[in-house]
Amino acid sequence: MSKVHVELNVNGQPEEVLCEPQQSLLDLLRDELHLTGTKEGCGTGDCGACTVLLDERLVCSCLVLAPEANGKKVVTVEGIADQDGLHVVQQKLLEHAALQCGVCTPGFVVAAKALLDKNPDPDETTIRYWLAGNLCRCTGYDKIIRAVQDAAQELRATTTS
Amino acid sequence: MAEAVREFTAIGTRPIRPDGVEKVTGKANFGADFSLPGMLYGKVLRSPYAHARVKNIDLSEAKAMEGVFSVITSADFPKKNPSDMSRNILAREKVLYHGHALAAVAARSQRIAEEAINSIKVEYEVLQPVLSVDAALAEDTPLVDENLRTNGDESLTPSNVAATVHYERGDVDKGFEEADCIVEEEYRIPSAHQGYIEPHACVADVNEKGRASVWCCTQGAFEVRNYISEVLQKKISDIKVTPSEIGGGFGGKTVVYVEPVAVRLSELAGRPVKMVMNREEVFRATGPCSATVCRVKVGANKDGIITAAKAWMAYEAGAFPGSPVTPGCMSIFAPYDLKNFVIDGLDVLVNKPKVAAYRAPGAPQSMHAMESAVDELARKLNMDPIDLRLKNAADEGTEAPYGPKYPAIGLVECLKAAKVHPNYVNKPAKDVGRGVAVGFWFNIGMQSSAEIWVAPNGAVTIMEGSPDIGGSRASMCLMAAETLGIPYDSINAVIGDTESTGFCNLTGGSRTTFATGLAVVRACEDVIAECKRRAAMTWDLDIEQVDWEDGFAVPRPGVNVDVDPLSFAELAKTAGRTGGPLVGRASVNAQGAGACFSVNWTDVTVDRDTGKVDVQAFTAVQDAGRAIHPSYVEGQMQGGAVQGIGWALNEEYIYDDNGVLENASFLDYRIPVASDVPMIDCQIVEVPNPSHPYGVRGVGETPIVAPLAATANAVRDVLGFRINDLPMSPPRVLEALDNAS
Repeated sequence: MSKVHVELNVNGQPEEVLCEPQQSLLDLLRDELHLTGTKEGCGTGDCGACTVLLDERLVCSCLVLAPEANGKKVVTVEGIADQDGLHVVQQKLLEHAALQCGVCTPGFVVAAKALLDKNPDPDETTIRYWLAGNLCRCTGYDKIIRAVQDAAQELRATTTS
Repeated sequence: MAEAVREFTAIGTRPIRPDGVEKVTGKANFGADFSLPGMLYGKVLRSPYAHARVKNIDLSEAKAMEGVFSVITSADFPKKNPSDMSRNILAREKVLYHGHALAAVAARSQRIAEEAINSIKVEYEVLQPVLSVDAALAEDTPLVDENLRTNGDESLTPSNVAATVHYERGDVDKGFEEADCIVEEEYRIPSAHQGYIEPHACVADVNEKGRASVWCCTQGAFEVRNYISEVLQKKISDIKVTPSEIGGGFGGKTVVYVEPVAVRLSELAGRPVKMVMNREEVFRATGPCSATVCRVKVGANKDGIITAAKAWMAYEAGAFPGSPVTPGCMSIFAPYDLKNFVIDGLDVLVNKPKVAAYRAPGAPQSMHAMESAVDELARKLNMDPIDLRLKNAADEGTEAPYGPKYPAIGLVECLKAAKVHPNYVNKPAKDVGRGVAVGFWFNIGMQSSAEIWVAPNGAVTIMEGSPDIGGSRASMCLMAAETLGIPYDSINAVIGDTESTGFCNLTGGSRTTFATGLAVVRACEDVIAECKRRAAMTWDLDIEQVDWEDGFAVPRPGVNVDVDPLSFAELAKTAGRTGGPLVGRASVNAQGAGACFSVNWTDVTVDRDTGKVDVQAFTAVQDAGRAIHPSYVEGQMQGGAVQGIGWALNEEYIYDDNGVLENASFLDYRIPVASDVPMIDCQIVEVPNPSHPYGVRGVGETPIVAPLAATANAVRDVLGFRINDLPMSPPRVLEALDNAS
């Protein structure tokens, strides 16, 4: 089976990959680019552990074929922190002890940041529904929701000051 | 051993976990994240039948396929006396459940591995499957294992009952005669899955001399080493296991499925082999927990004193013996001081996957039965459910139903805290139901070891062997900081592989913070003894003349020398001149884990049109002995509560008549999502465990026990009648509403 040539931008870097046509974007990220921060929990789009941004849209990368990402911009969990350090969402998840095993955390980081980029002042219900596509089996969600609320508050304070 | 009450500086604070940054940036390596050069991909063939005799397996096409390096069946495992685990990992004469593995391949790519698996031809003689406790216990029923006799009694005819359990005390008949009020009910709960988000994954690399290196996600690297040794009859010294970060386990990663297969495939292929289960395989062939039938009869006099209790329970073990029916029996009456009781339990084989431990294994099911019955008793007696439990609560000195006398336990304290909690004092609104239940788990100690290595700048590395499944590194660092008297930030905790740290039992039984924590404290004390020796040498004193106070060696009061205290950092810096690097070590077989009790209550509404139950509020009160890192204790309470809510309301294994699991995905096996649940309010009660220097009790398992009955009791409260069986999913609630009207 001949391989498919895919060019895409991942976390600001141009990448060129040869992949099998049936490979998912998740496989491309993990197996070809060795970006293993994006996790596979189900492979059927039900758990959200593989959440990435594809041209600024939240997607389950397990449901996107790698060739579909050709010419597109992908942001993974590895692209959330910058030179200045952790993103406030990451920092607040740590401060609130909002992860136990941590395997769902990359998906939550990407999804929560996307929410706050769109809506700086979400209420609890909005946060809960926005994150309803990300399964966490350890925390019962309480501390994750509080961390996102706290991150939103801090982001608003920094923007207005 | 518990220290006198004193102010702690580190314990009870909530610092960021040492492994936190890696886990929010995607750098932490979990089971599937590890790779080696030249690595092959392993894949398993699974049975399409729940019960069938394997007549022939034709591997020829798979073996001839380009890119396939090794193909195995159970014939490639040692032939003599295979254990149940070996038979579960690769089936032998019969396949015993739908999804039972019976062959495996290693190939250059996942695609080739899948094609090779699809090319294997198996001839089956399909047999009638046994799919429930009722079917298993019926006369003239098929046998899951034709050679199985109850309790191994060769004088009996073969049966599907692997074992029986019995506990009793006092005179139950007399006790029921004294009762003014009796409740007797049957409760059924189907299997649920642990539902960890990370599927099982490993890489195995066997060298030319047969030495195996294995990287995998597990609750216990040393147990994996033992299991591989047992299944493949390989020397323990020829196996090295490195635990990755673990993406949840809840008991499901205390056993192995793919690791011995990967080792054997690698051995034959001469290359490393990676195996990663997909979610469907996780549902079909790992976990789950037992489906159960529990019958409870409980009687009380008009003052609310329980005069007698009787329980019968049958736990599905799956295809091999070993359900947690014994802890189910031992826990059912554990919260109560009972004079008269009888408990009987059965371990029952069925053609379903072999059950694995799931958080407080056995207790949620049996205690759901008792806590539901006690709730009915409270209604009949017109008593507050907490008051009724206070009248019968076990306390220090009570003889536990399973034998020993309880040391200091916190059930009464939890009940009293619940009674005055604002969330309890505020009564629920109209159309909102409230349910209360008690939770319990024994907890275990077992073996742990720890080493402390001190760098010249005074930084400390803790080396230990308990995979960190929920922030335990932070707890280890806090206990070390408290013991040594140094800052938390100067300490790191490292989880070693089986050749870089001493033996350590698995992360399970809520033992890690208790037992490995004890080893860490003892190892720190070893370092302190060495620090005192170095200081004594420096000051030309006897070691008995030196004390350790808040991170400093100081002359004991009354010792007449004019010296400045020596700090831990100074002692570390000068260690090269005073005898070499500072290290400490300890190993323990920890006794007295200390039982953990909880009280939960929840407020729910029921949509009578759709049958959907909504949890409006949930409060958990639990005894932690001492909360080392309170946020992670709350995390256990909140996570367990939501798992329990999921089990009560939605989660169940749904089988068709042929024993095929119909909902093997996270879409159809629906675990709670963020929008399903409210905040989970927590109150930590601290009744120190006398067997731990800081009073720690395990807290990990108890939280899942009470939510089942608390939710069921709340639904009972709002509906006005009880739904005995779980889950109370919309279809079951609608059916119950129909029947009631």
